[in-house]
Amino acid sequence: MWVTGKGGVGKTTVAAAIADVAARHGRNTLVCEMDAKGALANAFDVGELTFEPTRIAPNLQAMTMNTEDSLREYLRLFVRIPLLGRIGPLASTFDFVADAAPGVKEILGVGKLCYEVRERHYDLIVVDAEASGHIVSQIGAPKVIADLVQVGLVRDQTQWMLDILDDPQRTGVAVVTTPEEMPVTETIELLARLRDETGAHASAVIANRVLPVLFNRREQRIVDRLDEVMPLLVDVAGPSVATVVEAARLTETRRSTGAEHMDRLRAWLDNDAETPLPIITVPEMFSRGSGPRVVSLVADALTDELDPDPGGSDG
Amino acid sequence: MAELDNLLASREMILVAGSGGVGKTTIAAALGVAAAERQKSRVLVITVDPARRLASALGLEEFGNVPVRIGPSAFEEAGVKVRGEVWVAMLDTKAGWDELITRQAPDDETRAAVLANPLYENITRRFVHSHEYLAMEQLHDLHARGEFDLVIVDTPPSRNALSILDAPARMREFFGSRLLRWLTVPYRSRLFTVASKPFYQVADRVLGSRFLQDIADFFVLFQAMETGFVRRATEIEALLVDPRTAFVVVTTLETAPSHEARFLARSLVQRGMSLGAIVANRVLPESLASTAAADSAAALLEAADADPTGGVAGDVADQLEVPLKQVTAVLRQIATRFDDVALVAARESDRRLELVDLAPVVLTVPWLSGDIHDLAGLGSLADHLRSGG
Repeated sequence: MWVTGKGGVGKTTVAAAIADVAARHGRNTLVCEMDAKGALANAFDVGELTFEPTRIAPNLQAMTMNTEDSLREYLRLFVRIPLLGRIGPLASTFDFVADAAPGVKEILGVGKLCYEVRERHYDLIVVDAEASGHIVSQIGAPKVIADLVQVGLVRDQTQWMLDILDDPQRTGVAVVTTPEEMPVTETIELLARLRDETGAHASAVIANRVLPVLFNRREQRIVDRLDEVMPLLVDVAGPSVATVVEAARLTETRRSTGAEHMDRLRAWLDNDAETPLPIITVPEMFSRGSGPRVVSLVADALTDELDPDPGGSDG
Repeated sequence: MAELDNLLASREMILVAGSGGVGKTTIAAALGVAAAERQKSRVLVITVDPARRLASALGLEEFGNVPVRIGPSAFEEAGVKVRGEVWVAMLDTKAGWDELITRQAPDDETRAAVLANPLYENITRRFVHSHEYLAMEQLHDLHARGEFDLVIVDTPPSRNALSILDAPARMREFFGSRLLRWLTVPYRSRLFTVASKPFYQVADRVLGSRFLQDIADFFVLFQAMETGFVRRATEIEALLVDPRTAFVVVTTLETAPSHEARFLARSLVQRGMSLGAIVANRVLPESLASTAAADSAAALLEAADADPTGGVAGDVADQLEVPLKQVTAVLRQIATRFDDVALVAARESDRRLELVDLAPVVLTVPWLSGDIHDLAGLGSLADHLRSGG
């Protein structure tokens, strides 16, 4: 399960929460951070994560992708080069290869994850993937390599990766968004690009930080007219009551602006496919922005929204 | 406040940086408008992938590296008084690379061969840092042409905001790297050169010799442009630390973006770059975090609950001629939900304090209802920036 979305929408928190839910339901789960920013370690409040998975909870292991380590593992497993010391300079100049040769860095990350799937080391791998700008080149790397590289070991190995990535039973992409203009626009663009440029299947849109509806229509009309009776409110609650009313209005405006963006997304999804992608809603937690507390709150919200059947095809 | 206007008047280049989703593009555009309001100068805003509606408001119907001027009539219609000119350009990476190759290629033959190489498009398009390098390139180019008094660059969203600053150095290092030397070793001597032999043994097996040859061909061509690229990268680096260049870091006061903003601000200063301002965007009013407001909310809840048959809810219901039940529900909801908003506002005000020591100017822009997608919106955002010290 790849979890992506525009930067700042809470991608890592959602990925951590999905992994948490799966592990709580007894599934042997690996969660992997692709961009090595340390946000995943922060979400679980554990020390620095490494390429070697760390057990952070029952049924739950976490790792961070490191393409150089992945290359080493790959060489050891597939090319059977025992003495890596001899190709030391390869590692030290690796960054440059990765920048220069298209898809190489990406495929080392994707390849490692596909390898774990193929070897059935886990029941579920949750990928805290790159932001929506980069995910297509990441998940599409095997296809790019297959197109560019005519022969060699890498070429041979892109096929089984594509088999895994293109199989909706085994690979899904969850796109996280918030009910705001840019995240919703990027979600729509990303879903189209995933379909057009990769064989991967989107499995859900997760709407994060959705504000609750505070008032029904009749109540809203009353809220709109409260300025007429402000002196009555000031009498019982003091002059700062105006700020309190303003806060509710602010929240309501934010909510309704967000709802318009979600309507736009829903209309696009309905129009896009015969069975539209589900939108899973995670409410605003009014809690800390990140960390174990919010991960656990989001996990609870996801459990409420999802069918928790561990045999389901949602994973 | 004068701080913003001073910054805009004293610098020739402003780079707007920050994590994704914080409103960088909009702030960059508003800075451009703010500059043109006060100065009789030509201001250019270079943006990357703006929201569609903002793009069309700016008259950007399609991507293009050629700056387009926002017509004076458009400002007039929006009620924004500008003394200067605002030009905009939207970065097109592919065209940018083509231009760059065309400029740097030593001869027509090299240029044609690079542009026709099968890897070229992939490398320039998918190359993760190519956007960053190109942004720097464009900035340098526009500055060197001397057509604008102020160039404002909305830096590309990047997983690490610093990669944009490192892009020129990486380009230069790349040309001096062992890897490039190996890649461009003539095919026959590869396996006989002691240093590159292990590399080629592995690379051949892993990537296949054909792919490797494509890469090598490309970089042999690329190497012909070394002098131009290295000189240019060095010039861009110099421009970044030039006192005429300033950075503006944009952030919201949510946890993750403000964490990244603090990191970015410190790193800029460490690198000897000039941090002009931090903009805290979409900030809740500070009054929401006040004790007085919290007390009012508590008092309102108590009053709404105190007497279900009358009291303040009854008075409000009578005056507005609406059912008492609905009024009670509204007042309770307003009072109980206040805590949520106040909590967010309190955390935001803590995070704002954490930013204060990092930059000479921290500007606060309030949360505005709706996204900004026209010139009038940019004008009012410019006002907020000016008064947000």
